[in-house]
Amino acid sequence: MSDLLAAEAPTGIADAVAGVRITPVDAVGLEQRAAGLCTRSIKTSSKSAALELAIQVMDLTTLEGADTPERVQALCARARRPDAFDWSVPPVAAVCVYPELVPVAVEALADSPVAVASVAGGFPAGLAPLEARLAEITWAVAAGADEVDIVLNRSAFLSGKYQKAYDEIVAAKKACGSAHLKVILETGELGSYDQIRRASMLAMVAGADFIKTSTGKIGTSATPPTALCMAEAIRDMAEQTGRAVGLKLAGGIRTAKQAWHYLVIVGETLGPGWLTPDRFRLGASSLLNDVLMQRSKLGDGRYQRREDFSVD
Amino acid sequence: MEPASGFSLEYAPAPESVAPVRLASQYGLFIGGEMVEPAAGRLASTVNPATGEALAEVGVADAADVDRAVVAARAAWEGGWRDLPGAERAKYLYRVARLLQERAREFAVLETMDGGKPIRESRDLDIPLAAAHFFHYAGWADKLDYAFSGRRAKPLGVAAQVIPWNFPLLMAAWKLAPALACGNTAVLKPAPTTPLTALLLAEVLRDAGLPAGVVNIVTGDDATGAALVSHPGVDKVAFTGSTDVGRGIAAEVAGTGKRLTLELGGKAANIVFDDAALDQVTEGIVNGIYFNGGQVCCAGSRLLVQETVAETVVGKLQRRMDTLRVGDPLDKNTDIGAINSQAQLDRIIELVDSGVAEGAELYTPKCALPERGFFHPPALFTNVSTAHRIAQQEIFGPVLSVLTFRTAEEAVAKANNTPYGLSAGIWTEKGSRILWMADRMQAGVVWANTFNRFDPASPFGGYRESGYGREGGRAGLLPYVELVV
Repeated sequence: MSDLLAAEAPTGIADAVAGVRITPVDAVGLEQRAAGLCTRSIKTSSKSAALELAIQVMDLTTLEGADTPERVQALCARARRPDAFDWSVPPVAAVCVYPELVPVAVEALADSPVAVASVAGGFPAGLAPLEARLAEITWAVAAGADEVDIVLNRSAFLSGKYQKAYDEIVAAKKACGSAHLKVILETGELGSYDQIRRASMLAMVAGADFIKTSTGKIGTSATPPTALCMAEAIRDMAEQTGRAVGLKLAGGIRTAKQAWHYLVIVGETLGPGWLTPDRFRLGASSLLNDVLMQRSKLGDGRYQRREDFSVD
Repeated sequence: MEPASGFSLEYAPAPESVAPVRLASQYGLFIGGEMVEPAAGRLASTVNPATGEALAEVGVADAADVDRAVVAARAAWEGGWRDLPGAERAKYLYRVARLLQERAREFAVLETMDGGKPIRESRDLDIPLAAAHFFHYAGWADKLDYAFSGRRAKPLGVAAQVIPWNFPLLMAAWKLAPALACGNTAVLKPAPTTPLTALLLAEVLRDAGLPAGVVNIVTGDDATGAALVSHPGVDKVAFTGSTDVGRGIAAEVAGTGKRLTLELGGKAANIVFDDAALDQVTEGIVNGIYFNGGQVCCAGSRLLVQETVAETVVGKLQRRMDTLRVGDPLDKNTDIGAINSQAQLDRIIELVDSGVAEGAELYTPKCALPERGFFHPPALFTNVSTAHRIAQQEIFGPVLSVLTFRTAEEAVAKANNTPYGLSAGIWTEKGSRILWMADRMQAGVVWANTFNRFDPASPFGGYRESGYGREGGRAGLLPYVELVV
């Protein structure tokens, strides 16, 4: 049993993580288990339930430099009513935008159950000065963001400055106030599952309400073994401290099939208690249309054309 | 953790289609390249253990039938097979391997129907591995002259091969592929409860154009097997099954000049050190003991866990057991299928009852078992002492005994404290400890940070009461050749 954080960062975190165990991760076993879970056969009523759930936990995302208020308004309209022709489709969990566009989203989603999430804190690299990053968080929350997605300081984490990475998350959590804090680990940059597990524990102990895989801005995003690795960290956290932290998977999730693989991974690892928007999110921009297509195929047995769904 | 009321992702039934399987109502014996009726006309039915219903009637070979089969095998050997160049023998084996792959779905579904194992396993493991064994030994057939430095490998003659019911087609492949590659002919006797994939294999062998009599398949009961191993025309006996029967065969064969290899029971220790990757350990333990419902000779049936993490590991294990899906083996989401037979189920229940009676603590998840068929839930015993029957005897079912240890020396002593010696598992992140432990394990196979992984290139076999001889890889050629200068 190795308490890696405490061993390498004896001050500050040591108290916070006292008693929190960080177990190593065996890459071969992890990938084997993840691949096994992805062979679960999801048919008929399960498929329909899974698609419904995938919509309900979706953070509909647009994070482009070219984003416009109109584009965000259109996204919010879809978030409220994902299928203009089928009002039985539930709304998504949240809309995720850059801080500048938070006011637009807040207005467009007024009186709706859809939350507004903002990336902040120097997204996607997290290398702006800490004061600037905290100010950005404060700004986004003041503008009405319900949830804030920040990035882990990989520069600090990967150079072994765990205390610095930890302190920054603590400060970000404080700046969030009552808004929910999601910490993006950018797993594609961490180099090993051991590091992903360690970063997950660090972020959770520092106060993250959610841990999130990726920014979507680099080549490697969420993968089934990464999702499983983080889910196992969350399970350990819950078992050891009683605190339930959420999981957000993002980047590269484009098909309904990928979505239900992730639902299976989370459901079988963390239990049904995690299959709710409070504890599980799928961050995606192009996933929704594929889910809607599969949903309508289940309904009438025919595939729709891509043109039948709105592009944004 | 507060109880959360979330969405429940129930899996709707996802049964594999049985359409690819065309069952006959009756099957004969495969002798001399033909399906023939048993001489005495005796038949026995083989049942689907998931339903208890009969699938087909299968011939019961008596001594006369066995004699016919051995004579056919001898004739095929002397009539050309032994003199065929290795490269020519290889062609047949490659063909068999490819035909198995082409008909993989049919074989997988039939294996599951006849034996009760989950379709997930027969589809992803049994059938692909069976094909892989034929591919592997096809590759050896023309390289025998180079396999053993300075010596030539000559075939032995007729091999009598008796196989068990837990991996019916895979065990047939383990036995037949090296025998044929080395230039022997064979008489194969499948287990009474699982003859159907061997009989389907007969069809494949015929389609591959294998000369008549090179492989003969005689279905039947224990008497059939006894007649086969004691037949004077047999040059080599290979048996996989229980230690009791293996002991009897060893006595029978002693002094006859027949070569013998035995792959018998096991009571493997799966040893977990406290620095191991505990979540992957949990999967490894589950795979070690609940794979094929624990009906695996190398199953990791004794968990030895370091005391410092014992509570954590058992907690993780119990939680994981709660998610195991027991039921219809043909359902693609089933993790644990049916127990192979009523007799085996009775034996498992008897041993589980003995564990409770001797004072061990039993945990089984609350899972609804199907109303008919032979099913047993996954079971876990804690507070087990090495003196308990469940810690000593092979259960051959989904039953795990947990013991603890404090030092590596103690782990070695406990792991080796069994008459068996087939396999062991070691879980630690420390490489030097893996090597230290592996040196001290009295087991033919030692897995490190994994369990129940099989590969045709890797030798498999036991020590002590787990038998002798190796199957797989270059070592797997030895039981089927005589080395000459």
